[in-house]
Amino acid sequence: MPGFTTKILKMSKEIHIKRGLNIPLKGEAEKILQTPPRSAFYAVKPPDFHGLFPKMLVNEGDRVKAGTPLFYDKYNEEVVFTSPVSGTYKELVRGAKRRILEVRIEADPEDDYIDFGAATPGSLSREEVVQKLLKSGLWPAIRQRPYSVVANHKDIPRDIFISAFKSTPLAPDMDFVVNGQESAFQAGLDVLAKLTGGDIHLGVHSENTLSKAFLEAKNVVLHRFKGPHPAGNIGIQIHHIKPINKGDVVWYLEVQDVITIGRLFEKGIYDASRVVVLNGSEVVNPRYYRVVNGVNISALTNENIHTEDGLNPRFISGDVLSGEKIPADGFLGYYDSQITVIPEGDKPELLGWLIPKLDKFSVSRTFFSFMMPWKKYRLNTNIRSGERPFVITGIYEKVLPMDIMPMQLIKSIMINDIDMMEKLGIYEVAPEDFALPEFVCPSKIEMQTIVREGLDTIKKEFE
Amino acid sequence: MKALHNILDKVRPHFEKGGRFQKLYRTFEAFETFLFVKGDVTTRGSHIRDAMDMKRTMFHVIIALTPVLLFGMWNVGLQHYRAMGEEAAFLDQFLFGLIKVLPLVVVSYASGLIVEFIFATIRDHEVNEGFLVSGMLIPLIIPVTTPLWMVAVATVFAVIIGKEVFGGTGMNILNPALLARAFLFFAYPAYLSGEENPAGNFVWTQASVDQAVDTYSGATPLAEAATATTLGDVSASQMLESMPSALEMFLGTIPGSVGETSTLLILLGALILVATGVGSLRIMLSVVAGGLFTGIIFNLFAVNVFMEMPVYYHLIMGGFAFGTVYMATDPVSASQTGTGKYIYGFLIGVVTLLIRVVNPAFPEGMMLAILFMNVFAPLIDHYVVEANIKRRMKRLKAVEQTA
Repeated sequence: MPGFTTKILKMSKEIHIKRGLNIPLKGEAEKILQTPPRSAFYAVKPPDFHGLFPKMLVNEGDRVKAGTPLFYDKYNEEVVFTSPVSGTYKELVRGAKRRILEVRIEADPEDDYIDFGAATPGSLSREEVVQKLLKSGLWPAIRQRPYSVVANHKDIPRDIFISAFKSTPLAPDMDFVVNGQESAFQAGLDVLAKLTGGDIHLGVHSENTLSKAFLEAKNVVLHRFKGPHPAGNIGIQIHHIKPINKGDVVWYLEVQDVITIGRLFEKGIYDASRVVVLNGSEVVNPRYYRVVNGVNISALTNENIHTEDGLNPRFISGDVLSGEKIPADGFLGYYDSQITVIPEGDKPELLGWLIPKLDKFSVSRTFFSFMMPWKKYRLNTNIRSGERPFVITGIYEKVLPMDIMPMQLIKSIMINDIDMMEKLGIYEVAPEDFALPEFVCPSKIEMQTIVREGLDTIKKEFE
Repeated sequence: MKALHNILDKVRPHFEKGGRFQKLYRTFEAFETFLFVKGDVTTRGSHIRDAMDMKRTMFHVIIALTPVLLFGMWNVGLQHYRAMGEEAAFLDQFLFGLIKVLPLVVVSYASGLIVEFIFATIRDHEVNEGFLVSGMLIPLIIPVTTPLWMVAVATVFAVIIGKEVFGGTGMNILNPALLARAFLFFAYPAYLSGEENPAGNFVWTQASVDQAVDTYSGATPLAEAATATTLGDVSASQMLESMPSALEMFLGTIPGSVGETSTLLILLGALILVATGVGSLRIMLSVVAGGLFTGIIFNLFAVNVFMEMPVYYHLIMGGFAFGTVYMATDPVSASQTGTGKYIYGFLIGVVTLLIRVVNPAFPEGMMLAILFMNVFAPLIDHYVVEANIKRRMKRLKAVEQTA
C-alpha cells in the first residue's frame, strides 16, 4: 500500500480551466503509427528559435553526422545547433536581408551518430549535464518564460514545466506519442531534475491522460487539468500552478524533447526521431508517423492531400493557431509534433459577412455554429476582414483563462508603455497564449505578433 | 458572383494608385468589401479566424433596431392622426410615419457617411463600420419633427467632434449618436424639448398645434410627471391619471422620440442583442438595477408626487429602455472591463433617475446620464485595471517575503 498512498499524495487537486475554446476541426488522425520512406532532405530552421542569430560552423558540401554542430548562436556561443541526421550539408536558404531560413542536409540512407557518451544523470554534476546538453545540440529544446525563447544556460530556473497533453485544435494524443518511449521520458525527467533547484511540474489531463509514463512519472509534481483549450498550453498551466513574477525564470519543454534528452543520456547519441501527426481537413489519410526531426514533409504529404475541389492547401508545421506556414516541400519545425493541412481561403465570397452559411464557425452566436456543437468544420485561412481598432470588449477574457486583462495588455504594447506591460503581466504570457483571443477578435487584430513585439521590447530593455 | 467580381476587377485599376479616381480608393474599397469578403488570407499568427467581423457585428445591431424603427414609423402616424382627431387605417398610419421618418434616416446616414469616407481617405484607412449603427440610432432618438438640416448638422458635428478627432471608430469617448442628440438638445432646445416648437408644431408629434384637437396635449409622460411635480397641488394618483396607462407606455403608443416609445419591442431588440452575444447583458441589467434601486429610495422618501410614482414606470417611460439596450451597451464608450460594466451600468440607472426626478431643468435624464458615464468609464476601468495590477504586486511581495 505505500506506493498507493504516495500516489494519492502526489496527485494535487484538479485544476479546472473554465474559460477557453475548442475549435472543432475536421481531419482528426487515426491512431495508426506509420514509418514513411526516409526523406532525401532534412533541415534545421533558425527562425524556429526566436531571437537567434546563427553563425555557420560548416561549409557547403561538408559531411555531417547526427549530432555534428551546424551553427551556433552569435550572442551565446556555447549554444550550438546540431544536425538531426547524417549526410551532406547541401545548402543554405536565405530570406529577406540574407536572413538564414533553412540549413538543408541531404541525408544518408542510414544515420551515423556522434557518440556523446551514455551516462546516468545521477552520476553527473549539474555543470556536466548542462555541458552535455549544449554539446549535443539539445540545449535549444529547453525554453524559458518570460520571453518564450531558448533558455539561458547560465540561469538556474525556479521550476521546470512540462505539459503532458495538448489541447490545441487537432493536437496529437501525447499518450499515443509517448507509447514505447516511457523509459527515455523518465530518463529525460531525471536529467531535468538536475537543472532546477525547484520542482519539475508535469501537467496531465485529469481524464484523458492515461499513460503510466506520465501518471507514474518520478521526480515530478503532477498537476491534473481539465477544461477546453488552452488548458494544455504551458503558459496557462504555469499561471495556475505557480505564476511567474517579475524576476522569475522558469523553463519548459515539449514531451518529445524530454524523450530526446533521455535518449541522449541512455544511448549517448542525438537520436532526433519523433512521432508527428499529419492531420487537417485536406489530408486524405490523417495519421501518425515516426520521422526524424526536421523532416521534409513531402515524405508524408505526397499523394495524401485532397485536390478534387481545386482549393489550394496550406501546410502548417504545428497547429492552426500558432503553427508556422510552410511550403508543400517545407520542413518540420524543431518543436513541432504536428503538421496540419487546411484549405487556403483565397477566394472572394459574395456577401460573405452577411450570409450565415453553415460551414462558418464563430464563438459569437451570429452564425449557426453555436446550435451545432457536434459539427466539425473545414475552416480556411481567409482573414474575413481588414484590421479594425478594438471595438468589442469582454470576448477576449472568455478565451484567456489567466488573471490577465488581454485588451489592456495588448493596448499597452501597442503604445510601447513598458511600465504598463510589466504591471499587466507580460512576463507571464507568450504569443501562443493570445492565439485564441486573436482567433475570436472581430477586429482581426494580430495579437500574437503584438505580444511577440512586446516581449522583444521588454527583453531589449533589460538586457 | 463571378460576373460581379469581374466588373470590380475591371474598374479597380481606376481607383488604385495612378488611376483616375485614386482619391476615391477607400470609397471603392468600402463598397467592394461590402459586396465581397476579399480573398485575403492570414499571413501571421492564427491561420484560421472566427467568421465574425465588424460588419456582421454592426449588422446585428441594425437587425435588433429594425422592430423599433418599424414601430416608430407606425407610432408617428398614430400620434399624428390622434392629434388631428382623425380615424386612419393601420396602413395609412404606417405610411404617414414612413414618409416622415425615412428622410431622417437618409439624412443621418448620408451626412455621417460622407464625413466617414472623407476621413478614411485623408487618414488612408479602411472605412469603419461603426457609423452603420450610429446612423440608424440618430433618427430613432430625436423627435420626428426635427428639421432635416438640423439632423445633418448634428450628425456631422457628432462624427467629427465626437469620433474623428479622437482617431475614429474605437477611439471615441462619447457615444456619437447621443452626442448628436445632445448637440441638438443644447443648440436648438426649442425643437427638442417642451411641447410646441418654433415652427408651430408639436415637438413630439408631427402635427400643427393650431390644427390639432384640443384634447391632444402632445406631452410625453415624463413631461406630464414633471409638470405635476412643479405644480405641486396634485396627488400622485391624479398625476398618474393624467399620464397614459402603463400598458400604453409599455406597448409604446405614446408621444416621444421616434424609436424610444415601445418598451416591448425594445425588449425584443435586447433579446436579439443578448442572444447573439452582440450586446452586453451585464450592462443592461446593471442599468435597470441602478434605476430600480434609486426609484425605490425615492419611493421611501416620497417628498413629492414624482417620487411617489411606482418604480417600474421609470423603466417604461421616456428613453430609459432604449438607452439601456442600445446606447449604454455601446462597447466603445462603455466601460471595457467586466467589473467596470456593472458599476458603469448601475450608475447610469442612478443618474438617470436623479436627473429625472430631482433636477427640474431636464425632464429626461437618460441621454445625459449615459454621456456622463461615458466620460467616467475610463476612470472606472482605471480602478479595475489597478486592482488587477495590485493582485500581481501582492503576489510578488508574498513571494519575496517567504524567500
